[in-house]
Amino acid sequence: MGKRVGMEVSIAAAEAVGMADVDLIAAYPITPQTHVVEHLSELVADGHLDAEFVPVESEHSAMSTCVGSSAAGARTFTSTSSQGYALMAEICYIAAGLRLPIVMVVANRALSAPINIWNDHADMMMSRDTGWIQTIAENGQEVVDLIFHAFRVAEDHRVLLPFIINMDGFTLSHVIEPIILPDKEEVARYLPPFKPALRLDPKHPVTIGPVGMPDVYTEAKKVHDEVLKASKDVIVEAWKELGDQFGRYYKPVETYKTEDAENLLFTMGSISETAMTAIDAMRESGKKVGLVHLRLWRPFPSDEIYEAMKGAKAIAIVDRALTLNGVCGPVCAEIKSTLYDRKFHPYIKNYIAGLGGRDVTVDNFVEMMDKLAESAGRGDPMGYEIVGVKE
Amino acid sequence: MAKETGIISWKKLDLGTAILSPGSAQSLKTGDWRSMRPVVDYDVCIRCGRCYIYCPDMVYVKVETGHYEPNYYYCKGCGICANECPVQAIKMVEEGD
Repeated sequence: MGKRVGMEVSIAAAEAVGMADVDLIAAYPITPQTHVVEHLSELVADGHLDAEFVPVESEHSAMSTCVGSSAAGARTFTSTSSQGYALMAEICYIAAGLRLPIVMVVANRALSAPINIWNDHADMMMSRDTGWIQTIAENGQEVVDLIFHAFRVAEDHRVLLPFIINMDGFTLSHVIEPIILPDKEEVARYLPPFKPALRLDPKHPVTIGPVGMPDVYTEAKKVHDEVLKASKDVIVEAWKELGDQFGRYYKPVETYKTEDAENLLFTMGSISETAMTAIDAMRESGKKVGLVHLRLWRPFPSDEIYEAMKGAKAIAIVDRALTLNGVCGPVCAEIKSTLYDRKFHPYIKNYIAGLGGRDVTVDNFVEMMDKLAESAGRGDPMGYEIVGVKE
Repeated sequence: MAKETGIISWKKLDLGTAILSPGSAQSLKTGDWRSMRPVVDYDVCIRCGRCYIYCPDMVYVKVETGHYEPNYYYCKGCGICANECPVQAIKMVEEGD
């Protein structure tokens, strides 16, 4: 039945990857790396995990090694963060285009300059268009559960796409939390062995990664788009089965006290738990507010977002990254696009908060929602605002 | 609607645009951006086969007489064959001349 332990979330993530019976881990072991791969290297070195651990000379090489490993038919994992993720980005597009079910944990951190490795979502937003499936965890238990889920979905022959589990850097990656770690046998029941649909095999030569001329590139992108969109059904199905087996259920979009809410708050990642506390406090003082929080980032769950938000008078959308487009944050842009397409046009205010490790507190959320109500009442221009910036 | 211009339906592409049968590049004409063309003087040629060995695109094909003839379908005009020929039997000529 598994055991409840107090464990650093990065270590728990490594334990989960080990329980998923991974065949190869390739990683660059220096900052901004986390304990995820450090602990995996220990598991391999101490003989607890029968896998290859390949310490490479950069994140670019880490993902390149993963591409080769996955193409050879091995269950493959890596982890990165921030600038390392940026260096890896080139090969991330290739892994997705080649339909290789690599699984990666990203500890979300800021991008330089100035040099900063603390938590925000700049790295996640930088890589939003790489064509990987992406989920985001709110606590340590979710990181563990989402890792099992990721391997299961990525390797499903209806999907065959690489998969990222985002977890907030430091806020999750470096804190000790109570986590239920299942038995390896339970994980094996949920996650069948990897059966590649196509692999490099000298007996049956194939070319993986050829040139795609203008007469075929458009069709290749169309397949990727369709497969990524269709993966949502498999993602939801695998969450249902995870819930049935382990008792913890997940959805692409989660809601908290939204039933009779007039104004909504939107968050993603670990600040969602702080946001729930803020919603409780505001409800106690009689404000009709609720929270919509995101678990599935790619493919973007447009229908679920619309269902969760329709009927709201005003919505505060929190972004943990600045797009520098002068319009609004990246998540806000997608939500606005989704709602516009469905002819639902509420008052939306975008708050950019928690950049480069700055805390986002209960008071911040209360202030955001109060300002949202006032701005909507006055009919102020919508736009965006950077929370807590010192003038 | 815009005219469909691809060569294969997106529904029929193999996984990850992989190529499942080897040797498919044979049917891909890659010599059409050449600006210089190698021309062999068979009176000078000693049939040593160095052009065949050094050509990076396997343009040269051995014929019955023992000479090697270039297949311009694949030739990029790099000039390696002309450079390597020990008897200067190969000249690079401007395309269009």
